[in-house]
Amino acid sequence: MKPRHKRLAAIAGGLVALGAAAALVLSAFEQNLVFFFTPSQVAAHEAPQGRTFRIGGMVETGSVKREGVEVRFLVTDTAKSIAVVYSGALPDLFREGKGVVAQGALGADGVFRAREVLAKHDENYMPPEAAHALEKAGMEKAQKSIQRP
Amino acid sequence: MIPELGQLALSVALVVALVQGILPLAGAARGDAAWMGVARPAAHAQALLIAFAFGCLVQSFVVNDFSVQNVAMNSNSALPLHFRVAASWGSHEGSLLLWCLMLGGWMSAVALFSAHLPESMTARVLGVLGLVSAGFLAFLLFTSNPFDRLFPVPADGRDLNPLLQDAGMVIHPPMLYMGYVGFSVAYAFAVAALLSGRLDAAWARWSRPWTTVAWVFLTLGIALGSGWAYYELGWGGWWFWDPVENASFLPWLVGTALIHSLAVTEKRGAFRSWTVLLAIVAFALSLLGTFLVRSGVLTSVHAFAVDPARGVFILALFVGAIGSALVLYAWRTSRIGLGGGFEPVSRESLLLANNVLLVTAAGAVLLGTLYPLALDAFTGGKISVGPQYFEIVFVPIMAPALFLMGVGPLARWKRASLPELAVLLRWALGVSLAAGLLLPFAFGQWHALVGLGLALAVWIVATALLSLRKRLRQTRAHYGMVLAHIGVAVFVVGVTLVNGYESEQDAKMVPGDSVTLDGYAFRLDSVRPVNGPNYRAAQAMFTVTRDGAPVTVMRPERRSYPVQDQTMTEAAIKPGLTGDLYVSLGDPLEGGAWLVKVQIKPFIDWIWGGCVLMAIGGLLAASDRRYRQPMPARREQAAEAAA
Repeated sequence: MKPRHKRLAAIAGGLVALGAAAALVLSAFEQNLVFFFTPSQVAAHEAPQGRTFRIGGMVETGSVKREGVEVRFLVTDTAKSIAVVYSGALPDLFREGKGVVAQGALGADGVFRAREVLAKHDENYMPPEAAHALEKAGMEKAQKSIQRP
Repeated sequence: MIPELGQLALSVALVVALVQGILPLAGAARGDAAWMGVARPAAHAQALLIAFAFGCLVQSFVVNDFSVQNVAMNSNSALPLHFRVAASWGSHEGSLLLWCLMLGGWMSAVALFSAHLPESMTARVLGVLGLVSAGFLAFLLFTSNPFDRLFPVPADGRDLNPLLQDAGMVIHPPMLYMGYVGFSVAYAFAVAALLSGRLDAAWARWSRPWTTVAWVFLTLGIALGSGWAYYELGWGGWWFWDPVENASFLPWLVGTALIHSLAVTEKRGAFRSWTVLLAIVAFALSLLGTFLVRSGVLTSVHAFAVDPARGVFILALFVGAIGSALVLYAWRTSRIGLGGGFEPVSRESLLLANNVLLVTAAGAVLLGTLYPLALDAFTGGKISVGPQYFEIVFVPIMAPALFLMGVGPLARWKRASLPELAVLLRWALGVSLAAGLLLPFAFGQWHALVGLGLALAVWIVATALLSLRKRLRQTRAHYGMVLAHIGVAVFVVGVTLVNGYESEQDAKMVPGDSVTLDGYAFRLDSVRPVNGPNYRAAQAMFTVTRDGAPVTVMRPERRSYPVQDQTMTEAAIKPGLTGDLYVSLGDPLEGGAWLVKVQIKPFIDWIWGGCVLMAIGGLLAASDRRYRQPMPARREQAAEAAA
């Protein structure tokens, strides 16, 4: 092969490899995107059945119930609440009345089965997603009260 | 009084940094030796001033001066002394001061160990570092002053986040920052070379030891952070693909590519513009990491509630430092030249493939880390990327990189022959294939991924040993490389076996109950209250037996810290060469029962052991004698001629 052909072959090989890598990365990326829904959106059936997604809001005070290894609690955005069940130990920073983000899927019974509970915050820090859910519900409430004076 | 002295020292340091940033650069451009001479004393003066300010902050923490807001927010009179010292970098402000201190240290080191460099090079490198330092000092003074006073003075402080009250926390941030900030030296060398228009083998040789040492610190910093998450978060994970972890991993990936690319530039004069670009990108990613962690945009253990002005300031710093470097790069790059040519099969092309794979991996991590942030910023949509994404992407990208790691060091520069390589490597290949097929049976079931991981690890070790035997003239740099590569193999063994064979069980237990996992029986004997200096805890006692024979006694705790009203799981870990036993005590349940999580983590300590080997290898390579000698004139001419 002439040097020019070699260079062309190298460039073509590189492009093929790069394309394969990009295809791999993007397909894996798409399959693993986890969308976020507020409890109000879940109540309005906007969240997908069976697919993994995240919810966020506040742990409703007085709602945490332990049944052996399982724990049940309600996540609220002050407008709507959603029942969550989780198996195992909760993170150290999980607390009633504090912000929480849970990742999992919605069961046929409307209960959110969390596979992961994130409550990584200190007392004056709220996970952005949880803050977003509360804010959104608060805004919608305000709008409704304006519409119905 | 002391905090005011600290603030004064910081203000003076800012002025010195500006002088150091302007005079030597102008001097180098004009050929004015007196102006260039300012660089070294200014660097030392700056380092001393920042160190003094840092000392003032530590002093305020040690004497519990709660009139300083930073102390009041992050310390408490009941906090033990060593944690009070560590608390001085536990907060946002303190950690930025630590960043500046590290930069001061690196500048001082460059000023000390640059006697063999041309005066103009030293002046430019220190000048660029001075500008970077000025930016960070301004950020510190104008948006995040660690010495702000608080009035009225509170009676006691709000305590350090209990998660941070740990020995790992004392050293993890300084190590990580040494790495992050260390890449500023590689960046400064690259910019200095662009400014002078002299991008040659000599530049690569000067830059190499600094880059390697920064990489060593970053490696250790990441490993410490991972170890901290493993034993302190209490649930046995060692890597979560958390955005902040990714933020430290990104500069590591690009930095790893950079140290390999520098090797080619030094030895063969090739890849010059690529190497310069990597040096700029590695520092850009270090700055990005700082921005991600310190701007509060992330849901993460590391996130702080902070005001957005800081984010904007860091972003401006980022754009200033990286944008100007890239403009300079675009302007100068046509003058750089390509360097020595090479064949498709040669050590150069193998190292190029390694670079492409590492940068692709970095790109994939960057996509997964930044896309959710970008989507939120532009559309308000909230998404996250699951850890599976990173796992799916990493295996196919890193497996060929690990394979090439075995071939690269044995291939010739410029032109290698495939048949020759095949003959050389056939035994190593046979041994590693056999290991991949058979070794997994020693641990349990055969999984394809476990087989692949073990085969690659054995391959790396076998080829590393082969390269030790093949080479006639051994240098410290070569030993260092071999050791670092073996470290990678050890790391791969750890990751492979933990992912393949770890097991866990959640149980509800009352004293007297037992659970059995992989042949180990864990019996809960008792749970009793214990008191620490600033916490109360329930401490459980587990007797672990295997086939009736006692193995160990484990005492996990569940602590509550009254000042911040926080609960902490303090896991009990029995480490071992072939795996850890891991017990954590969860919530108390009704009827005196406790939630307990029992885990077995095979070979997990190899993960960190591998990182330590990589770091030792890096240090060994960086301490090679030839980096301390002026370059022999003959070689320099040869490198020039190659351009």
